[in-house]
Amino acid sequence: MAKPKPRLSVPKNAKKGEIITIKTLISHKMESGQRKDKKTGKKIPRKIINKFVAKYNGEVVFQSDWHPAISANPYISFKTLATESGTMEFSWTDDDGQVYSKSAKIAVTQ
Amino acid sequence: MRKKLVGGILTLGILFGAGGVAMSDHVKGYDTYTTKDGRHSGYVYAAKETQAIQDDDLGNPAYLWLDYGEELWSKVEGEAGKSCASCHKDAATSMKTAGASYPKFDKASGKPINIEQRINKCRTENMKAKAFKYESRELLSSTIYVRNQSRGLPMSVKVDGDMKPFFEKGKAFYEKRRGLLDMACKHCHQDNAGNMIRANLLSEGMSNGFPTYRLKWQKPGSLHRRFRGCNKQVRATPFGYGSDEYTNLEVYLGWRARGIKVEAPAVRN
Repeated sequence: MAKPKPRLSVPKNAKKGEIITIKTLISHKMESGQRKDKKTGKKIPRKIINKFVAKYNGEVVFQSDWHPAISANPYISFKTLATESGTMEFSWTDDDGQVYSKSAKIAVTQ
Repeated sequence: MRKKLVGGILTLGILFGAGGVAMSDHVKGYDTYTTKDGRHSGYVYAAKETQAIQDDDLGNPAYLWLDYGEELWSKVEGEAGKSCASCHKDAATSMKTAGASYPKFDKASGKPINIEQRINKCRTENMKAKAFKYESRELLSSTIYVRNQSRGLPMSVKVDGDMKPFFEKGKAFYEKRRGLLDMACKHCHQDNAGNMIRANLLSEGMSNGFPTYRLKWQKPGSLHRRFRGCNKQVRATPFGYGSDEYTNLEVYLGWRARGIKVEAPAVRN
């Protein structure tokens, strides 16, 4: 696959103070660097997403550093508190420096 | 003849235990998956946990293949220097009804053509590129992407006119006993839908959700893959992927599923 595509599941609406579940998925090979090329016998170089950051109206609510043990097409789900309406931004940083990002709007009512 | 009949009934009696599952109890939007004359999508026969996986676009693993299919749509391949998008532009518009109306009659070959074959026909003839292999990541992803554009549309495969002889052949295949177990498609999917066959609940064998992500396969698979599995299960020699026999059967199944909404890519057990 050429360009990893992220998918998000962010609730469109929430009540203030409600705990919401965010689900994220990105299609990425997550090449660990341990696998060998069947033909040449050489190790396939590591190429993984090494950082995932979730921001809610600019404030980081969840972030994690990833290592080769995370398997392909990583799925991350976490819970956070719905405080105010706005945008949630998610970014995935690849070993090669590329950053894949996607955002979703959330409307929070009283 | 009599011996065969008794043997057949005994086999069926041993295999089919009456199940009687109240499907409408746990299926939300039951009417969406059932036609007015009481035919059901395979969705209704799946466990509610399985249905939940299908309902969530993010949770449905087949969407990873769909995303790849979307990428392939715009990928230029072959000597003609084209991609699918070069001719078909935006898939959501150009492929809107494809998933609900294929297989269609192909004048050039004089027989029906399904989506997989159509994709390969476009690739080899128009793009001057290599055909995708059946069950390859590329073909599954492309087929899922195309069929998904018709999601929610009722199946409406044309089976009259030029298609009639192939429809009849597909129907004959569906009703013919085969294999060591001497069973036909209809024995499970028509006569015993809703009953158990050993530990499995039988569906009506509808094709509206294909290519489907089967939990058993842990990946999406085509309708022809399922046909091969079914034939092997009655210990019959399976036909080839993209064979005339299976394409004709696909036409017949398209008719059997008339009015049932396209769910590709569905999630089944």
